[in-house]
Amino acid sequence: MGKILKQIRYTPAKIERGYSNKSLYINVGDLRIEEKEVTDFMKEKFVGGKGFDLWYLWNAVTPETRWDSPENEIVMSVGPLGGITQYSGAGKTLVCAISPLTGIPIDSNAGGYFGPLLKFAGWDALELQGKAEKDLIIFIDGNEGLISIEEGEEYPEDSHLLAEELTTRFAGSEEDKVHVSVVSSGSAAKHVLMGMLNFSFYDPRRKTVRFKQAARGGLGTIMRDKRIKALVVKFKGIKPNLNNPADIATLNRIGVKYHKEMHDLDEKQNGMRKIGTANTILVMNKYDLLPTRNFQTGGDPDAVKVSPEVFITQYLTQGLHDGCWYGCTMSCAKAADHFKLLTGPYAGQCVTVDGPEYECVAGLGSNLGIFDPQAILEQNFYCDTYGIDLISYATTVAFIMECYQRGQISQEDMGGLDLCFGNAAASLELLHQMSRGEGFGPLAGLGIRRLKKEFVERFGADPRLLEDIGMENKGLEYSEYLHKESLAQQGGFALTNKGPQHDEAWLIFMDMVNNQIPTFEDKAYALFYYPMFRTWFGLCGLCKLPWNDIVPADNYKTETPAKVPEHVQNYVDIFGAVTGKIIDKDELIRQSERVYNFQRVFNLRMGSGLRKHDKAPYRSLGPVTAEEYLSRQERYDKQLRELQGLDPEAMSLDEKIAATRAWREKQFELLTDAVYKRRGWTNDGVPKPEHLKEIGMDLPMLQEVVEKHL
Amino acid sequence: MKILTHKQEICTGCRACELACSQAFFRTDDRLKSSIRINNNFNTFHAIMCTQCGECINMCTANAIYRDKNGVVRIDRKLCVGCLGCVGFCSELSMFYSDDLLVPFKCVACGICVKACPEDALEILVSQSKGD
Repeated sequence: MGKILKQIRYTPAKIERGYSNKSLYINVGDLRIEEKEVTDFMKEKFVGGKGFDLWYLWNAVTPETRWDSPENEIVMSVGPLGGITQYSGAGKTLVCAISPLTGIPIDSNAGGYFGPLLKFAGWDALELQGKAEKDLIIFIDGNEGLISIEEGEEYPEDSHLLAEELTTRFAGSEEDKVHVSVVSSGSAAKHVLMGMLNFSFYDPRRKTVRFKQAARGGLGTIMRDKRIKALVVKFKGIKPNLNNPADIATLNRIGVKYHKEMHDLDEKQNGMRKIGTANTILVMNKYDLLPTRNFQTGGDPDAVKVSPEVFITQYLTQGLHDGCWYGCTMSCAKAADHFKLLTGPYAGQCVTVDGPEYECVAGLGSNLGIFDPQAILEQNFYCDTYGIDLISYATTVAFIMECYQRGQISQEDMGGLDLCFGNAAASLELLHQMSRGEGFGPLAGLGIRRLKKEFVERFGADPRLLEDIGMENKGLEYSEYLHKESLAQQGGFALTNKGPQHDEAWLIFMDMVNNQIPTFEDKAYALFYYPMFRTWFGLCGLCKLPWNDIVPADNYKTETPAKVPEHVQNYVDIFGAVTGKIIDKDELIRQSERVYNFQRVFNLRMGSGLRKHDKAPYRSLGPVTAEEYLSRQERYDKQLRELQGLDPEAMSLDEKIAATRAWREKQFELLTDAVYKRRGWTNDGVPKPEHLKEIGMDLPMLQEVVEKHL
Repeated sequence: MKILTHKQEICTGCRACELACSQAFFRTDDRLKSSIRINNNFNTFHAIMCTQCGECINMCTANAIYRDKNGVVRIDRKLCVGCLGCVGFCSELSMFYSDDLLVPFKCVACGICVKACPEDALEILVSQSKGD
């Protein structure tokens, strides 16, 4: 136990209809601990979760604030529905900060018990500001009403060791371990910009600490820059009425209805309870959507080697509950138990690997040309314990591998690492270098945007090629879906607030496979509705997966199956049941619009948020290279004929690639026009003052920023 | 292993079992708080009650359901978080809940309803199986 630097007592606030109405501010620089009121204004305009995070963050920073400025804050909030046990997926903590990768607000969410326990300890949100000189552990005891800050130098850095040690210490007994949750990063987070946060929960069946991640945007890097080694919260006494809901009968009724759906339909639909999100690997492969070798193609015959069946039968323990918060019967947080590591500092040890999720198999597998389940799980484990966002890592390494493949950088430039596609050993060594802060690790850990510049300046790489194949937008690496044939999803990634992460919109099947949104207006509506609808999960503390990874048996008979209308109504009803505020499905969207536009203006305030910042790399839109074109020549030639009225037989390959590019880039611009119009923004992507007024966000602080860009 | 069984051909649907159960566990004459429910299907009486199959044990999101030394599936009220997942997942539809209770309830094969049944339509079967 480290030296106690500060300790205060407080009276935990009683939760009323989903809110404790208090937030906690901690400055790790001067050790100030303060309590703030959560106002009606905040609840009305921002609801909670990501909304509260962004509100506090706005007030903490200035346009000059950078990710490592002391005033940058990590803000966490679970939202008013967070912590309910009756409905699946209600334990999400939303985390925001100014990102080291993008320089604008990042929002990322994680399961695990931290957010709900924090609220039940009396805090709707937590702000962490300042920078400490030594590593700190912050402990919040919601039963005792105690907050302490102590030195944390003596603890290990890697999350699987750190969280286990802190859970054991603060629980005091085996039975109390489930009442403790730890937020930590890992040894690599101080060496890379893509550091992430692990959110723990204790698994009493496996008797081990498990993790979910707030992974995107470098939140772990900020936490370690602040010298916070871990946050620990303890609260004992979870019951279904702790949120003091307005109408527990409705909450119970809808919760049971949903649990029955899960019981009756999951096996017939996605099999989330068996394999989690990785159930889609072969589906993505079949539809040419599985990103392979830096998004060059959408699949590979070897994908069968990393199929769901392989993981289910050979790695993932079946039949145990795997939810990351109580009451989640989707149970998709799968784990590979007794997994023997072959490399790195823990080689030879048997560990529990949390995952693999879809992004892990696609990112650390196919996108790196690796089709070995052992290697995928080992990278998965080390990304987690070292505190590295595996999506940014995977997409960055895929980029590096292609740069190497195309002679843009050499093995020597990579410190001797042979990072060719398929070389799992080299990728694992790169992870270990990131952990140690040695070799090529710190350079690779800068992420694609900075690497493009570094490779050009240091190694003489071709800047145009790197711009085309570097899969980043706003500085954030793309998540793992090939989407060249879905114009809507090209927008779903690039026309986002934080950068290309699929939690805003996933429209590929609607667009490309089912052709449900054929016109620009249809796509623009989808790029209005779905980002708003999905934003709402982040306001309330909910997980997206229970919305549409299982659907009612008669969902296909509804007018809008993609929206899953019955589940939308569930959310409308449980929001009213918890908060007592009766909304409808339109007000739900309006709640999101307020926060979404606030975030867009926040981007403007930080020097981003314009049309030029929504630009997509061409690899996202179409075939960059001759090999790419030739690999799907029949498709692209057909498009030249049918969409442009050209004769591919009379064109050279270069001409065909150029014509395809010109047409696709034009389509993306037309889509951007339509989306901005539908969102109430100017043609340069700025929210119009009249739109802000219409949605109730005509706040002077926003108008002042917007006016500069009109 | 103890399991409550019901003889459909004898049952008259008097529901004395339901009242005995709700009285014993909740001090109320309310069939919605009974762990045995008799349904009338065209004057054939079907009982809904736990078969002690144990499917709810591993799916419990709080690890609160266990099988006791008699093979009876029980809920640890201290550990239960009232998520009602077990209610939705019970294939027999015999895990019950009430909005004024924080944890669900189920038949624990106590035999109180057996004694209350005037027709001897209920019986506790005891087998050597531990139900594993």
